[in-house]
Amino acid sequence: MVHSARVVALPNLKTAPPAQQAVLHPLAPKPVSVLSRVVRIGTGIVTQLAPPVLTIAFLLILWQMLASSPTSALPSPMRVIGESWEIIVDPFKVGNGIDQGLFWHVTASLVRVAYGYTLAAIVGIGVGVLLGQSTLAMRGLDPVFQVLRTIPPLAWLPLSLAAFRDGQPSAIFVIFITSVWPILINTSVGIRNIPQDYRNVAKVLRLSPIEFFTRIMVPATVPHMFTGLRIGIGLSWLAIVAAEMLIGGVGIGFFIWDAWNSSLISDIIVALVYVGVVGFVLDRSIAAIGHLLTRGTAAQ
Amino acid sequence: MAYLKIDHVGIAFQRAGATTEVLRDVNLSIEKSEYVSIIGHSGCGKSTVLNIVAGLLEPSQGGVLLEGRAVSGPGPDRAVVFQNHSLLPWLTVRENVELAVNKVFRGKRSKAERRDWTRHNLELVHMAHAENKRPHEISGGMKQRVGIARALAMEPKILLLDEPFGALDALTRAHLQDQVMEIHGRLGNTIIMITHDVDEAVLLSDRIVMMTNGPAATIGEDLRVDLERPRRRLELVGNTTYNDARAAVLEFLYARHRAPTLAA
Repeated sequence: MVHSARVVALPNLKTAPPAQQAVLHPLAPKPVSVLSRVVRIGTGIVTQLAPPVLTIAFLLILWQMLASSPTSALPSPMRVIGESWEIIVDPFKVGNGIDQGLFWHVTASLVRVAYGYTLAAIVGIGVGVLLGQSTLAMRGLDPVFQVLRTIPPLAWLPLSLAAFRDGQPSAIFVIFITSVWPILINTSVGIRNIPQDYRNVAKVLRLSPIEFFTRIMVPATVPHMFTGLRIGIGLSWLAIVAAEMLIGGVGIGFFIWDAWNSSLISDIIVALVYVGVVGFVLDRSIAAIGHLLTRGTAAQ
Repeated sequence: MAYLKIDHVGIAFQRAGATTEVLRDVNLSIEKSEYVSIIGHSGCGKSTVLNIVAGLLEPSQGGVLLEGRAVSGPGPDRAVVFQNHSLLPWLTVRENVELAVNKVFRGKRSKAERRDWTRHNLELVHMAHAENKRPHEISGGMKQRVGIARALAMEPKILLLDEPFGALDALTRAHLQDQVMEIHGRLGNTIIMITHDVDEAVLLSDRIVMMTNGPAATIGEDLRVDLERPRRRLELVGNTTYNDARAAVLEFLYARHRAPTLAA
């Protein structure tokens, strides 16, 4: 940004002798600023977009070259487009059973994530606040949580299938149990890290417990909370794809598994692109909400 | 009857089974509108004295009387300016002061009066121009001024300054000291200031209370500084009273009660 502004300003400085410059400046500020703004926005877009576009183009070409031999086990990008053209152009297809467009598969997965993640956010923040405020609760629950959180998401699935006897609630439970730990732990750490100074200010002002909660605890903890929420949404999306492979039905995870069973490798690759893009959007959405709520003080 | 009386205060902390006596038998009487500095080496417990007056710490022995009434727990009648400003970073400068004003004066003053009072206190420390900025957008000296405005806005009976200029560079510190002197001259606040800066103590105070080294620290000497107010730092260079007071404090701190780590 700074560089582009200089590029525009420099010719002016060079052509105008120092004495004239003072006169020239107030006379013609508008055309310079408009021009420089256009150039600045233009260079901004180019410098922002060029690196990722070039990188993606390079990777696609590399992939095309590596996978173009007739004996290659995996399809090249051109072959993926050719073989999976149907599902690429018609994501909103409505068919029978699991024969749905990719949009519907992704939506089904997102709905499961929404249920499990919302539950995890409520429970995680609630218990996190308790753990942050009460040393006794921390001592009692922390060892239990530290063990439970290391259990891989899919290890919970058989148990939850046994408990719920149905795929849908089991998948939601797996999402919940996966994403609740980072939310819970980060919230409690956030509350423990409220500086003593802020607590002293609250004491001197004699803030009531409710005032302390809304005026000090929540704003001081929100950045930590959102770190946990962001890790949690990423883990949820990781877990749902794996869980759906096992429970079946409509969902992007089972779509991938089904494609593998039908040897439709190109379909898998298209689905992976969807999974990646949706995961990226989920992560950025939570980050954006956090940024908004903390007025920019949370890490991006 | 003294305005504020610290009466036979002692405090001991228990940690890992061991008891450390930090203060023993601290007695101090302060009159209304007096500016009293407490000076001592770091770790001697001078901040502990302030925290006991503020009510943030409960003394093990003795107690604190303000206008003849025993102090228990913190409250806005004993406003504290913390060493590192302690502004809430998610609030603007104005909102930080407003939080205190609304808490102390809700129900006693109208909304408009409270808004004017906030503004008035920001003007007092010359910070009204930055009222919509957030703490991270202003300098350390400015933050400390807002901290002072927040404390003043509570209309405290006594103002407690905990090394308020300690974290600032020398020029900013001098500027802020002048402002605090001016405010004290104008409003006649009763002030206790914790400091480890001899010049600062002599320049600002009516009395300098010198603390012995811990453990079991107590007041070693209580020196009156009989200098006319308003004081100007430039005119005090070469002033005999100023130099004598300065020499007395230096002598106490570096000859009779050297820092324990330095004496070893």
